[in-house]
Amino acid sequence: MAVELFDLRGGSNTNPAANAPAASTRWSGLDRLGRLKCRLFNSFRMNYRVTPGIYAVGTPNGGSPVLVTSNYKLSFDLLRRELSGIPAWILVLDTRGINVWCAAGKGSFGTEELIQRIRSTRLPEIVEHRKIVLPQLGAPGVQAHIVKERTGFSVEYGPVHAGDLPAYLRSGHKATAQMRRVRFGFRERLDLTPMEIVPALKAFGIFLAAVFILLGLQPAGILFRSALRNGLPIAILGAAALLAGTFLTPLLLPWIPFRSFALKGFLIGGLTTAALVFFIPAQALQSVFLQAFSLVLFPAVSSYLALQFTGSTTFTSISGVKKELKFGLPLYIAAGAIASALLLFYKLEEWGIVS
Amino acid sequence: MKYLANVVTLELFPERCTGCGRCLEVCPREVFANNGKTVRIVDRDRCIECGACMMNCSHGAIQVNPGVGCAAAIINGLIRGGEPECGCGASGTSESSCC
Repeated sequence: MAVELFDLRGGSNTNPAANAPAASTRWSGLDRLGRLKCRLFNSFRMNYRVTPGIYAVGTPNGGSPVLVTSNYKLSFDLLRRELSGIPAWILVLDTRGINVWCAAGKGSFGTEELIQRIRSTRLPEIVEHRKIVLPQLGAPGVQAHIVKERTGFSVEYGPVHAGDLPAYLRSGHKATAQMRRVRFGFRERLDLTPMEIVPALKAFGIFLAAVFILLGLQPAGILFRSALRNGLPIAILGAAALLAGTFLTPLLLPWIPFRSFALKGFLIGGLTTAALVFFIPAQALQSVFLQAFSLVLFPAVSSYLALQFTGSTTFTSISGVKKELKFGLPLYIAAGAIASALLLFYKLEEWGIVS
Repeated sequence: MKYLANVVTLELFPERCTGCGRCLEVCPREVFANNGKTVRIVDRDRCIECGACMMNCSHGAIQVNPGVGCAAAIINGLIRGGEPECGCGASGTSESSCC
């Protein structure tokens, strides 16, 4: 399958254009599987890369446009897929496998790398014009005027989304206001939720173990029956809080009141927890202490998890997230401490030490 | 969607602005608008502090403390006692979740 992508043409030729590997505009089954795995597995996603350098799409010539992207393979794949019938050069920067926007924020999709890559690929010998098209979201890392000064290439910032590239190229490199806007709809948010849920599941495993041990703990030892009877409703509440923060809040984001992610997550987690605490007909949940434990802990958990989604969105700022954390972190720690105390009181009550 | 009100560090110095319009081009959030000979900020609260405008303004007319609005990165920075760092891209084998 990789042959389709890295079809190296005659290696002995010193012409840099002739040495550019061909990039297909079609996706193989492996490419589709790769995208799916990127959405699910962090370790896979972090190592999904193409070799930096110049690639040929179709049969480009000296007048064909040069499109710059990152070496995260999914970014490269999304770009080449849109270029069906459009001969072009793709210049892949070494961003250590990170997508354009994040890499621009870190500076690896940046001025220096772009200048070095233009030189090392001998781009001035490949094309006759002196223009390169960068994705607009690469702009936080690139100083266009410095690139122009040092390489002679003028940087044009193209559309945000690769899907708009054909229209942009056809219109003589004019980006409409629509093309300059970041879209972050229901579909985009849905795509990102697994990356929220999967990391949270690791912590959930530890939570489950703690719940079953603590709630199963009796003067006679850890009893399986009481662990199951009392632990199960709490485990369900925990799972609900996890989904409230990592799935429901991200998905329903625009329709939940408040601008703060912490408050959005708290509201959804609070509603979910309250509904379950009063509707699950479990004996354990008749205890005021366990009710209070749940109502203190789980909305805070959901709020914390919702706050993690700030990094996946397209409209948060570092100053805003810092402000949320400044208020939120002390409250999360307090909620954890109060919940622990309430759990202790529940156990004392259960064992008849306090009535 | 808009994030918190009155938090961003974005500043525009109109006296240095030549009205070249590069910031209008790179801003993904339509924060700026053309104001005849210079640009003006139409909606500060839309700004995400990505830094694209400042990086691409060759006249130094825009100032912003750029960063990524990512809670995981900021918490990571607090724990390690340094700058916000999401961990990805450093070694390529990082397990931390990010952008």
